[in-house]
Amino acid sequence: MTEELIIAGFGGQGVLSMGMTLAYAGMIEDNQIVWMPSYGPEMRGGTANCVVVISDDKISSPIINTFDTAIILNQPSMDKFESGVKPGGNLLYEANNIINPPTREDISIYDIPANLEALKLNNAKTMNMIMLGAFLALRPVVTIESILEALKKVLPERHHHLIPVNEQALRRGMELTGQTTTV
Amino acid sequence: MAKKLMKGNEALAEAAIRAGVKGYFGYPITPQSELLEYLSRELPQRGGAFLQAESEVAAINMVYGAAGAGERVMTSTSSPGFSLMQEGISYIACAELPCLLVNVMRGGPGLGTIQPSQGDYFQAVKGGGHGDYKLPVLAPNSVQEMAEFVYDGFDLADKYRNPVLILSDGALGQMMEAVEFPDYDIEAHKVDHSEWATRGRRKGHDHNVLTSLYIQPDKMEAINQHLQEKYQLIEAREVRFETIMTEDADFLLVAFGLSSRVAHKSVEMAREKGYKIGLLRPVTLFPFPSEILFQLAGQVRGMLVIEMNTGQMVEDVRLAVRGKVPVQFYGRQGGMIPQPDAILHEIEKYYTQRLAVEVD
Amino acid sequence: MAQLFPENLDDPYLYLAGDESHKCELIEEMNQVWRRPDSLIDTPMHYCPGCGHSVAHRLLMEVVEELDIVERTVGIAPVGCAVFAYNYLNVDMQEAAHGRAPAVATGIKRVLPDRILFTYQGDGDLAAIGTAETIHAVNRGEKMVIIFINNGIYGMTGGQMAPTTLEGAKTSTTIFGRDTSVHGHPLRIAEMIAPLPGAYYVTRQAVNTAKHVRKTKKALLNAFQYQIDGANGTCFVEIVSNCPSGWKMTPLESNELLEDEIFQFYKLGDLKLPGKE
Repeated sequence: MTEELIIAGFGGQGVLSMGMTLAYAGMIEDNQIVWMPSYGPEMRGGTANCVVVISDDKISSPIINTFDTAIILNQPSMDKFESGVKPGGNLLYEANNIINPPTREDISIYDIPANLEALKLNNAKTMNMIMLGAFLALRPVVTIESILEALKKVLPERHHHLIPVNEQALRRGMELTGQTTTV
Repeated sequence: MAKKLMKGNEALAEAAIRAGVKGYFGYPITPQSELLEYLSRELPQRGGAFLQAESEVAAINMVYGAAGAGERVMTSTSSPGFSLMQEGISYIACAELPCLLVNVMRGGPGLGTIQPSQGDYFQAVKGGGHGDYKLPVLAPNSVQEMAEFVYDGFDLADKYRNPVLILSDGALGQMMEAVEFPDYDIEAHKVDHSEWATRGRRKGHDHNVLTSLYIQPDKMEAINQHLQEKYQLIEAREVRFETIMTEDADFLLVAFGLSSRVAHKSVEMAREKGYKIGLLRPVTLFPFPSEILFQLAGQVRGMLVIEMNTGQMVEDVRLAVRGKVPVQFYGRQGGMIPQPDAILHEIEKYYTQRLAVEVD
Repeated sequence: MAQLFPENLDDPYLYLAGDESHKCELIEEMNQVWRRPDSLIDTPMHYCPGCGHSVAHRLLMEVVEELDIVERTVGIAPVGCAVFAYNYLNVDMQEAAHGRAPAVATGIKRVLPDRILFTYQGDGDLAAIGTAETIHAVNRGEKMVIIFINNGIYGMTGGQMAPTTLEGAKTSTTIFGRDTSVHGHPLRIAEMIAPLPGAYYVTRQAVNTAKHVRKTKKALLNAFQYQIDGANGTCFVEIVSNCPSGWKMTPLESNELLEDEIFQFYKLGDLKLPGKE
């Protein structure tokens, strides 16, 4: 099993932490993992992305330009990474942030209303966990328990009281994938 | 020891503390600042001195001083900062002071970019500053090695009384992987430098002086010859490399650091297509694994060197194979990273072409 | 009349260097008013006749011995005329790159905090190429003594203008005299250093007369004693000195120039005393 994933959006949408949580969970389950961020000025409010690779085998390259799954949170990232999804792969995007939806017919596409659902949870910042939940429903590369374990490591202790709402978000995300239509 | 998920820069910093670093002197520069930040937070609480210097020039001279005092010390920087340090490194090499240097390379020349690069290969392996000197250069290609090479680097530095360089890049510094810190007994690895170190004149002894100034040319020549003998010893003893799928290979990729990870992926892709491609990865860039390359040149029909520069290590590969096989080059520059499929495309350019010639 | 030189003296140089075997009648224990400190290595110095460096070296080693810190002291030699200071000063020493002595001393002090550190630097080293290291070491309040020999010229490289060269002064790179509109103004480093909170003790002295030598010795004693006592900052001792060769004059003329002109610009005295602003 190897999953090569890109998560891309604006800085502040939780792109990097979503990837880091997933990578941590992968490590907890004794997989090989790589988390490779974009870095530099773009981290400060511009576009941000990270690549996560989870594998039960040794990972050769942390640098990849084709992906099993892309999680896309804004239009510039859609423009940049839609073409990189491998045929037969998955593209999940946050519906509210995309003006021009993806058009490819050889991949599975899911529009997830993650912003809206996060607002329903009274915590807009859980949007990234909703997207992650949606992804995990499609590609159960790690268990939700490992994600919750990972959150304890990734979140500073003063934010641990937010873990329950993050769990709610994850579970809501998992439900959403089932409900949305495959384009 | 449990695994930790860490950035390469942080893993290197943590390893330095576990290796007993007593002094760190550095200056902020992207993409190595995590190293500085980590040590500023951790080192003073764990038995070492951290100081943010006013410049890379000052930082390397603080290292010169502290290394001269016989303590385990280091600095880290990224390409433009490493250029600024060259003068000091030349002095340290001549005064034969052990210390660890880290260059987390970014794209150049000039201010360049903050994205990863391997453009400082020549500077790293050929000396870098003025005069004839060499640094053992370790090139990690994973977060695990970013940590492991720190211990190795300090031990090599102590063993040969020579600065040792870890040549990394922005991607290895920024990316996270699982890392497991090896057990390392600081006391067991401690080397007593009091015979030459400037720690205050020892009772009953003449003073210790550390200098790189020998105004009489015959003395300076003797110093040069002594240094060269040391470097030859290092070349004889400390060559490190990794071979991947070379046993049956009839075509060889050569790459170090991050490029070797991408090249590895290309090898996997090529093998799926039935091409017998192998990969040689130099782990020490000085001393360079020339011998194994010469051996492999007798086995393969060609080599392709992959680098994140315009072709630097390829010159050493060509020197090593002594014209036995054609050596091609593929590189990206300025912070761009070669992609696995682009490398595969390059492989096909040479590999299938040659196959076709042979079939004819 | 007592003999000034012993008979059959083959090597007057040896005699001048204080070789005991050539001891003449004049130098008997009862007459002795001064002796070379043990830590000042018994060897001819390479400094030009009349140069202030040798006096400064001697004072430095007297102070280190009198304070009994020979085994705790580490010194940093500069690039400049004092580049070979370690050939004369028998304490552990490192030779620094041009201008970097305060950084080198910082490195040692940070890993060996109980040692007493000093740098010995000229004006090209400290006030030109090493200005950043000087200012920042003092600004961090590095616990060390910085000894600054200011003779207003690059002596070792053959008499070029230094940042400290006075206006109008002729040097090999200002042959018509220093023109401030072209070459900038003479730099008073001690005045720049003194207001920094990290500066603990800043003083400017000279070694051209016996009186000034005594005062400089006192200043050095103070500076090192403060460091021994754990001063929370840097001690900076400037010694305004001469350079007969670089100034192209006799030692006597150079000493007169110090009194007549140079001390008018570089005023001698304390610029900052502990506990006073």
